[in-house]
Amino acid sequence: MDAKIACRDVWKLYGKDPEGFLAAHNGDPPDDAIAGDGYIPAVRHASLEVFPGEILVIMGLSGSGKSTLVRCLSRLIEPTAGEVLFDGQDLLKMPAKELIEIRRHKMGMVFQHFALLPHRTVLQNVAFPLEVQGIDRGTREKRALDVIELVGLKGRDGYYPRELSGGQQQRVGIARSLAVEPDVWFLDEPFSALDPLIRREMQDEFLRLQTMLQKTIAFITHDFDEAIRLADRIAIMNEGRIVQIGSPEELVTRPANDYVANFTRDVAREKLLTVASVMEASTDGETLSDTTVRPTDKVADVARLIIDSERPLRVADDTGRTIGAVSRAHVLDVLFSVEADAHG
Amino acid sequence: MADAAVLGGAVPVRRWVAGSGQSGLRVAVLLLAPFVFVLAVSPWLPDWLRMVPKDWSAPFVGWINAVVEVLRREEIFGLLTFRDITRAIADLIDYPLDFVEAILVAGFSDSVPGLPWIAVTGLAIVLGWYLQGRQLGIVAGICFAYMAIFGKWELSMVTLSVVLVAAPIAGAIGVALGVLAYKRRWFETLLWPILNVMQALPHFSYMIPVAIFIGIGHKAGTIATIIFAFPVMARLTILGLKGVSPEVREAGIMAGCTKRQMLWKVELPAARPTLMVGVNQIIMLCLAMVVLASFVGAKGLGHDLLNRLRSLWIGQALEIGVVIVFMAIILDRLSQAWAEKEPEHAREGPFHVRHPFATAGIAVVVISYVLAAFIPALQLWPKSLSVTTAPMWDAMIDAIVVHAFDYLELIKDTLLVHVLIPMRDLYLLLPWSALLVFAVTLGWYYGGWQVAVIQALFALYLAFAGFWERTLITAYMVSFAVIVCVIIGSIVGVWAAAGPRRTKVVELILDTFQTFPSFIYLIPAIMLFNVNDFAAIMAIVIYATIPTTRLTIFGLRTVPHDIVEAAIASGCTPRQVLWKVRMPLAFPAIMLGINQTIMYALFMVVIAAFIGTTDLGQEIFRSKAENDAGKSLVVGLCVAFMGLMADQLINAWARERKKVLGLE
Ligand SMILES: Nc1ncnc2c1ncn2[C@@H]1O[C@H](COP(=O)(O)OP(=O)(O)OP(=O)(O)O)[C@@H](O)[C@H]1O
Ligand SMILES: [Mg+2]
Repeated sequence: MDAKIACRDVWKLYGKDPEGFLAAHNGDPPDDAIAGDGYIPAVRHASLEVFPGEILVIMGLSGSGKSTLVRCLSRLIEPTAGEVLFDGQDLLKMPAKELIEIRRHKMGMVFQHFALLPHRTVLQNVAFPLEVQGIDRGTREKRALDVIELVGLKGRDGYYPRELSGGQQQRVGIARSLAVEPDVWFLDEPFSALDPLIRREMQDEFLRLQTMLQKTIAFITHDFDEAIRLADRIAIMNEGRIVQIGSPEELVTRPANDYVANFTRDVAREKLLTVASVMEASTDGETLSDTTVRPTDKVADVARLIIDSERPLRVADDTGRTIGAVSRAHVLDVLFSVEADAHG
Repeated sequence: MADAAVLGGAVPVRRWVAGSGQSGLRVAVLLLAPFVFVLAVSPWLPDWLRMVPKDWSAPFVGWINAVVEVLRREEIFGLLTFRDITRAIADLIDYPLDFVEAILVAGFSDSVPGLPWIAVTGLAIVLGWYLQGRQLGIVAGICFAYMAIFGKWELSMVTLSVVLVAAPIAGAIGVALGVLAYKRRWFETLLWPILNVMQALPHFSYMIPVAIFIGIGHKAGTIATIIFAFPVMARLTILGLKGVSPEVREAGIMAGCTKRQMLWKVELPAARPTLMVGVNQIIMLCLAMVVLASFVGAKGLGHDLLNRLRSLWIGQALEIGVVIVFMAIILDRLSQAWAEKEPEHAREGPFHVRHPFATAGIAVVVISYVLAAFIPALQLWPKSLSVTTAPMWDAMIDAIVVHAFDYLELIKDTLLVHVLIPMRDLYLLLPWSALLVFAVTLGWYYGGWQVAVIQALFALYLAFAGFWERTLITAYMVSFAVIVCVIIGSIVGVWAAAGPRRTKVVELILDTFQTFPSFIYLIPAIMLFNVNDFAAIMAIVIYATIPTTRLTIFGLRTVPHDIVEAAIASGCTPRQVLWKVRMPLAFPAIMLGINQTIMYALFMVVIAAFIGTTDLGQEIFRSKAENDAGKSLVVGLCVAFMGLMADQLINAWARERKKVLGLE
């Protein structure tokens, strides 16, 4: 499958003459040269792909370059070097007019602090992207009302942003970004400014929308719990570099380095790991329990069964064929291995 | 790193001057040393280093007048002179002026009268109610009814119509320039210093060139008002646009806005809060200026005030002063309420439910017209029924004169003989070279060589513009007034900052006083001390104390709470907390207040020339009488540059201080 949006070797340096500096070092300057010459490396050497219908979550500590990278993908920021492909076309070579067209029809973005226009009502805010396209008022307001209903704000269309709670404001932000029915959806820490309870609710809302709409998504967060709830794959960034890309399970079970391991340490692994990733090959002589579990089950969901059973459980695929076994001891081993590592 | 580049060679010297500990005294002594040295050796200096010889003065006045002369006489393309063009443009202003005046009071013809006074008053009530609430509605009603009942209706409406025409035009010019500066770097670099100078130029410097190119009269006053008021809007537009949150801008780009859509649909609306501050300021500046513009023939309240003051009819002058004050208060409150008004979702229903205030406004107008048709007193308050307070004021002044005259005279004479005149003589001894050394040392130390160069240019201009002596007299009046202002302002400020209730009361008073046009402050000064230097200084003091007081309160109240608590916890007495903790931390803010006080004082000193002083203001007045545009500009620039010198030094100092204190 072709990537919907991808970037290759993207660099973003801040400083006096970033292009010249990169060129002088053949496009790959060593770290000490960057620091020595007073450049700030917001993004370095970043490559990633997002496939149609996929949620790619970009994670990292504050200042690790997440926002910069995503803004390079939408060309809100001009990368210093590298290429960005949107549907296979190079976004960076695209003339301004075409770029505006792409933004008008194929991209949507949600911002951390909502970025609503304070002088416009909910309806006018949501209809704004349609308005700048020159769509007539009747059509755009009808469409906007549909989206407003979709995000659960029906009846609030005449309100001003100031009259809404944070969660509601972000719903407006989401509705606005969806009004043009974009293919690609960028979300920069959309829920970070919200209370934990509302955040949870908004995540559910987001998942509900995504099952309906199947957008291609780049989603930034610095909250790993949020990442594993939402992500198909997670890209972890550190000091401008992408240090690892993989499924949540991969990151937890095979972290590329200590930085990634640090992120994943406090994760409730049983909720994340599937039976498949903790099972062992069943040895023939072993007597398995009669109870079977499926490889795709989350460990947390079948924990009770595993703990209650004296013997290992049988893992069977859809056809009923035995493909492995999970034992109490082994599950405990896997779940608590990180602590063990940390202490040992 | 940028700092190091600016400061350049100053760094090692700064370290040496500052010594190991941050000893304020050591810094002050060492910084003033060169200045004191020049002062000390001044008796042995050659004459030309003390006073610039007359024939050495740069012929700025002549140059400007030559340019003016060309613009006046030479024809462009053999058709029109520049003055013809300006006059033609100025004639355009007559249309909106006449129109608004006709609506407010004059009427379009005998059969179509202007709005009855009860209609205007009613509309003001509706507007106040709509913008903020019932209370503001009532205040607005009282202010306007006062104007009618006290027989000042027509004058007030003429003044109001100038404000209503000048403010939007000035606002539009300001926004246009601001937008252009925001879009084009080079234009901003060009515009910013011009705005700085324009905002530091005294009111009167605008008037003579306007009088020359447009002539004396009502529309010249209006145009002077526009020119005077637009810089503040340009500045706030730039600030507002730059302050739009990057996210909002990105949201606009992601929606696919073109550049033009960005500006009109995203950036300008998002900058609304800052722009609305500009709207308030521009309205107040217009009012202040239109009152003064009576000097070039603007009609209205200012015109009458000027005449009364000239004939020393203090009671009547006071009466008009009160009306101007009411006008200022209500314009300020309304425009602030407008700025603070947040949009609210509309209710559903028929027109009068969705738009209750528009409905009320229409009803007010219709009903007033009908009523006024039957009762003429509701159209225009009859002269015979007008209440006048002038006799009361006169009686009060008489009482003051009878009972307090001797004391007032005593105070005045003592101060004049023992303080003011010696101080003035001392100032007149100041060699220009000493000022130059002073400005350059301080500029270099606090702001690096760039500031030093600008300071040097300012100082040289003052020395060589040909008005050195007048400059010194101005400096003496301003510095005396500023010292008094700072003493009063800081005492009041410290007192007011001691508790939230006091703060609120004092701030309310300051806010109110600040809205008054500066001209007003002459009235009590003349009333008590007649026409002389001392009265002028009094007027300056009343007017210019406001900013120091305000910023003292601000500085003291914004000292971080934990620092104060730490001081109390370590056993400071309240007095120690004030002097050892809060004052030093508030000091940068207080200095900025003093900076504004200096600006205010310079503005006022020029206006005060009207009551007979011998400073630069007097020269401006003389130039006005002689229609000497060159002189008025050159002298105006003297005043402006004095202000800008102080401004730049104090700002550089405050920035440095804040950095040291970690307040940035
Ligand atoms: N305009 C700029 N000029 C200089 N440095 C910048 C600029 N914009 C970003 N940076 C730097 O680039 C780095 C990456 O910033 P970025 O905003 O992408 O981080 P982030 O991962 O989104 O952080 P956060 O979680 O705080 O949003 C930071 O160190 C930041 O200081
Ligand atoms: Mg960010």
